[in-house]
Amino acid sequence: MSGSIAVGSSEMKTAAAPAAANRVLSEPRVRGSTVVMTLYLVFLMLPIYWLVNMSLKTNMEITSGLTLWPREITFDNYVKIFTDQSWYSGYINSLTYVLINTVLSIAFALPAAYAFSRYRFLGDKHLFFWLLTNRMAPPAVFALPFFNLYSAIGLFDTPWAVALAHCLFNVPLAVWILEGFMSGVPREIDETAAIDGYSFPRFFIKIFMPLIASGVGVAAFFCFMFSWVELLLARTLTSVNAKPIAATMTRTVSAAGMDWGLLAAAGVLTILPGALVIWFVRNYIAKGFALGRV
Amino acid sequence: MTKTVNNRAWLFVLPVFAIVAFSAFLPLMTVVNYSVQDTFGNNQFFWNGIAWFQELLDPSSQLGERFFDSLWRTLLFSAIILLIEVPLGIAVALAMPREGWSVALCLVLMALPLLIPWNVVGTIWQVFARGDIGLLGWTVNRLGIDYNYTGDPLDAWVTIIIMDVWHWTSLVALLCYAGLKSIPDAYYQAARIDGASRWAVFRTIQLPKMRRVLLIAVLLRFMDSFMIYTEPFVLTGGGPGNATTFLSIDLVKLALGQFDLGKAAAMSLVYNLIILAICWVFYTVMTNVDAERERVEA
Repeated sequence: MSGSIAVGSSEMKTAAAPAAANRVLSEPRVRGSTVVMTLYLVFLMLPIYWLVNMSLKTNMEITSGLTLWPREITFDNYVKIFTDQSWYSGYINSLTYVLINTVLSIAFALPAAYAFSRYRFLGDKHLFFWLLTNRMAPPAVFALPFFNLYSAIGLFDTPWAVALAHCLFNVPLAVWILEGFMSGVPREIDETAAIDGYSFPRFFIKIFMPLIASGVGVAAFFCFMFSWVELLLARTLTSVNAKPIAATMTRTVSAAGMDWGLLAAAGVLTILPGALVIWFVRNYIAKGFALGRV
Repeated sequence: MTKTVNNRAWLFVLPVFAIVAFSAFLPLMTVVNYSVQDTFGNNQFFWNGIAWFQELLDPSSQLGERFFDSLWRTLLFSAIILLIEVPLGIAVALAMPREGWSVALCLVLMALPLLIPWNVVGTIWQVFARGDIGLLGWTVNRLGIDYNYTGDPLDAWVTIIIMDVWHWTSLVALLCYAGLKSIPDAYYQAARIDGASRWAVFRTIQLPKMRRVLLIAVLLRFMDSFMIYTEPFVLTGGGPGNATTFLSIDLVKLALGQFDLGKAAAMSLVYNLIILAICWVFYTVMTNVDAERERVEA
């Protein structure tokens, strides 16, 4: 894989040289960038293709030799997941805590982001920095104390434990993103609304929220993303009832050996929600990933 | 934009302060508590002072040696990751198509690895890199190169690095792409009139415009690679031997595997302090860049 990338960058250089010579910026460069882009996308898609490929094979075919595509397509692995309650409940658990976490994070972050973007107050910079450090805190540090904490308050093995635990990094992130988008809205709008006799809550909901709607969408996207992909805390804080799908996957290792087909099918199914979300936000991805800070 | 001083803004911040304090400060206090105590089991703890910290920071002790080994390993990993992913991400962002249906397609495909659960990322590469059933492992072995990521430390490192490049380069690329998109066409037209070379355009127009998003990209990539846990844990389990035992993996081994609470807690705190220090440097640089930008624009 790394070989193909090196080829890509060298080809880009050779293609960029005539561009500089001709002093034309777009035309000859197009081919070089197409090559780079294609190679990069192939590099990204190959491992995913391999997973999908394996999920459609029987275990017999997987272990008996390497085949580039399934000789005999089977959906047995998927059927097994959708008919076994202990499998599909994993998806429901994961989606439950992800949704709770996203709603909580946005709800908490909105007023705080407004305060950071509009006012100076005692300790604002220190508070913002402290929040940021929590986004960077390693979950490994928090695994054991969280286990103790949520066991003590009786939330262990519920979606709420995971949703609250993920607030550790998602609330600061949401504040950070929303603050960026809110700072892009001119202050004059707040002042005009006040002069026009809007009360603060009415102004916030009726006028301000529509203006930062894309920011809320971006923040929700990132909260969804980081809560969906995190597993260390989610696994530590659940045992049976709220077990996330990604943790259920480890069940495929059994005494009879590895059930590769089933593992691959479960993996493919964990990719789908993310793919779906990306498809819906595809037009906002570029601005969204800059966290409103371009 | 000038902000007004208003201490009542604290009321708006209070909910966030409360929830983050609940989920960060409270657990951290438990860690502090453990770090100064020792136990003989049965939940009986006694005061141990700073002995754990002394042992941890003394490279000649067993614990200290282990800690510094993992620390250097993690720093080396982060450095390699940044050296590969940042230039590659910039190159990919520059190679993005300008318009048409292919833009959306590229964006969607690029973002895909970012939304895959981290242990599934590990699983994907475990399957992909295996010598018997994986396309990568099988191909490399066929080419006559002896490759086995579970047996050879170098192979394990290479596999984890390629995996991380696969997983996260898109984040850098998407951030850079957003920065490039914000450059008005007039800049490029001016450069064309001046007869600027491709390199000059990159150095004087594109790179400065990307500076801010690049800073975010470096910060996120450094921090996330510094606390990487799930992907290498699934792929190699920290092995072979201790070759890929990064700080997080070591910490979880110590805390949840051996239940050495005192040592693990001391390690957690030092780990957190390192993060805090690095975070502070980034934050200072970032605020300075912002202030400078505001001055330029004003």
